[in-house]
Amino acid sequence: MVVNITINDQEFEVEEGKTILAVAQDLGIKIPKLCYLKDKNEIGACRVCIVEVAGNGYQPACTFPVTDGLEVKTNTPRLRELRRLNMELILANHPQDCLHCERSTNCELQSLAKELGVEEVRFSGETIDYELDDLTPSIVRDPNKCIQCRRCVSVCDKVQGVKALFPNHRGFDTLISPAFNKSLDEVACALCGQCIHACPVAAIKEKDSTEEVWEILNDEDKQVVVQVAPAVRVSLGEEFGLEPGTLVADKLVTACRRLGFDQVFDTVFGADLTIMEEGNELLARLEGEGPLPMLTSCSSGWIKYIEHFHSDFLPNLSSCKSPQQMFGAMAKSYYAETENINREDIVVVSIMPCTAKKFEAARTEMEVDGVRDVDHVITTREFAKMIKMAGIDFVNLPGEEFDAPLGITTGAGDIFGVTGGVMEAALRTVYEEVTGDELAKLKLTDVRGFDGVREASIELNGQEIKVAIINGLNNANEVLEAVKNGKKEYHFIEVMGCPGGCVGGGGQPIPTNDEIIAKRGAGLYSIDDKKKIRKSHQNPVINKIYNDYLKEPGSKKAHHLLHTTYKARDRY
Amino acid sequence: MMTTVKDRCPGCDGNEQDERYDELDKVIAEYKGKPGALIPVLHAAQKIFKYLPEEVQDYVARGLEMSPSEVYGVTTFYSFFSTTPQGEYKIGVCMGTACYVKGAGKLIEEIEKELGISVGETTPDEKFTLVQTRCIGACGLAPVLTVNDDVHGRLTPDEIPGILAKYRD
Repeated sequence: MVVNITINDQEFEVEEGKTILAVAQDLGIKIPKLCYLKDKNEIGACRVCIVEVAGNGYQPACTFPVTDGLEVKTNTPRLRELRRLNMELILANHPQDCLHCERSTNCELQSLAKELGVEEVRFSGETIDYELDDLTPSIVRDPNKCIQCRRCVSVCDKVQGVKALFPNHRGFDTLISPAFNKSLDEVACALCGQCIHACPVAAIKEKDSTEEVWEILNDEDKQVVVQVAPAVRVSLGEEFGLEPGTLVADKLVTACRRLGFDQVFDTVFGADLTIMEEGNELLARLEGEGPLPMLTSCSSGWIKYIEHFHSDFLPNLSSCKSPQQMFGAMAKSYYAETENINREDIVVVSIMPCTAKKFEAARTEMEVDGVRDVDHVITTREFAKMIKMAGIDFVNLPGEEFDAPLGITTGAGDIFGVTGGVMEAALRTVYEEVTGDELAKLKLTDVRGFDGVREASIELNGQEIKVAIINGLNNANEVLEAVKNGKKEYHFIEVMGCPGGCVGGGGQPIPTNDEIIAKRGAGLYSIDDKKKIRKSHQNPVINKIYNDYLKEPGSKKAHHLLHTTYKARDRY
Repeated sequence: MMTTVKDRCPGCDGNEQDERYDELDKVIAEYKGKPGALIPVLHAAQKIFKYLPEEVQDYVARGLEMSPSEVYGVTTFYSFFSTTPQGEYKIGVCMGTACYVKGAGKLIEEIEKELGISVGETTPDEKFTLVQTRCIGACGLAPVLTVNDDVHGRLTPDEIPGILAKYRD
């Protein structure tokens, strides 16, 4: 129902029941906010969005619903004073180390303080000295910086369905942490890093691996090979002021060379290889060899999630390693052998949009004959930091091409970085393998989009293949429950742990939100559109490798190098 | 079918024969799946185990199929729940306004001296736990303290040793 309200003496018709903050945003009236995350965290915790409601005093705009005749003021001298006071109280026990804090200049607390005109903090609060939680290979928690907005708690619960973080104790002693104040390493955490995007400050961040990469770049006895995930080439520009979705693959290659990487290869190659192996596995399962639905295994956060929360589905998980790991395994086998380099002398560094990839690379299952596939993983953000530290003027770099052979790729691999991309790439190849016909419609629009769960079907030689595409772990939980209860039936399900897929990964530039994710996704589809070859099985290097080296998808050698196993983990 | 505590709770060591878990199982079965199940189950668990050690909280999480972070959050939020062992007798000294003004602080000092513990602590023999409480509504008897369900009012510090002696044997 439409009701009449006044905001700052102006009359408006708005929808009843929406919050003051929501209607003000729709009307273009800015109300400052801090703990608010649309649809995820609307709890009025920080009191920064307070407004004057006639007859009702000061109310948080993010929780107060509009009713007919409501009179609201958003900007009065008293409000400005109260908001400043609230900020001062939050800042009173927040470390004042902005100069060397890693979120400095990209911190919501810092910019809000500036915006609200906080120029002094009159109080100095008592603080508790908390230990850092830096035991996982992916994520570091620094409770000393936490302002208790609870955005991470909401995202971990509502979006990811993991519930690793919860507020405990009360009042001044409140601490946002895993159960029993354990490390994230000791609880059921997917290491997806979505809490990092939720955090307005530097209380949660990735485990920094840049130092170890600088060190290895300095080691002249090693051949340092870098691979770059698809989603990084549409987001890295944001770290240098470019629009989200700007295509920067060519500059990124140049930057890698200038940083001293010996070979600049592409995870997209690993993605093409994944399609060959996973497509073959799907066909075998459709013929009765192994349980259906088959679940994709590219997303390392998803893998850790399913190991903790749905281990009964582990037999459904594709045995294929992720593109990152397939790439590493090929760099240290095929590439090493054709170039006559000792596999121990090759160091593989990955640039990933992901925090969970750091964990994945360190898994013992991700070794071939005792040698790790991937040695070091840095996020998009860490890579940007290295470029800045090296004094490289990224925006004005000339473009260069990825190196052959492991940098020769198809458009099918590029779209791995966005939700639905793996499914689309797989269907392009599987359809041709099975029917012998070319898939007329290259864009499988049914599988595209950003809805949390999407369904499609494709006819393969008279058999209807039902597929689902999922992004966000809570959605995965719901679909798996429906499959378990027999309410849904599929042959093939793609799951990406992060909302939007890797373009929304936990290692991507901050901020990452729905709008930015959509732009990055569109960027990947535009790369695919422009590629000459758009199907993994037409990648000439992939074909050569199968002819000369692996023989055929699913061969003994392919299994030794490119497939893996999983293990059930405790969910409590 | 017989299951051991170990089967039910991989995190709970050395309690295979502990019958208290059977009692807790009955409570969990009664509340499981119902909205707001956690708090009554924790109440019962605290009654059964006297306090809520980590393994009991873990056991409750598994039983109710809830995240242990949520269980721990609730346990630590409410002051009624205790995560450390409690004495047989819980001494609660009222620090409401009337009792405070009438010298409840002196009572606490005397108890601390007598028992050798501070507020919030339990004696090594697990006989007494000392806590401060908010107003218990017996202002006419101020200053007042409770020992489990007994109320002692209009106290002076020199009466403390006598009161404690009653519970010592």
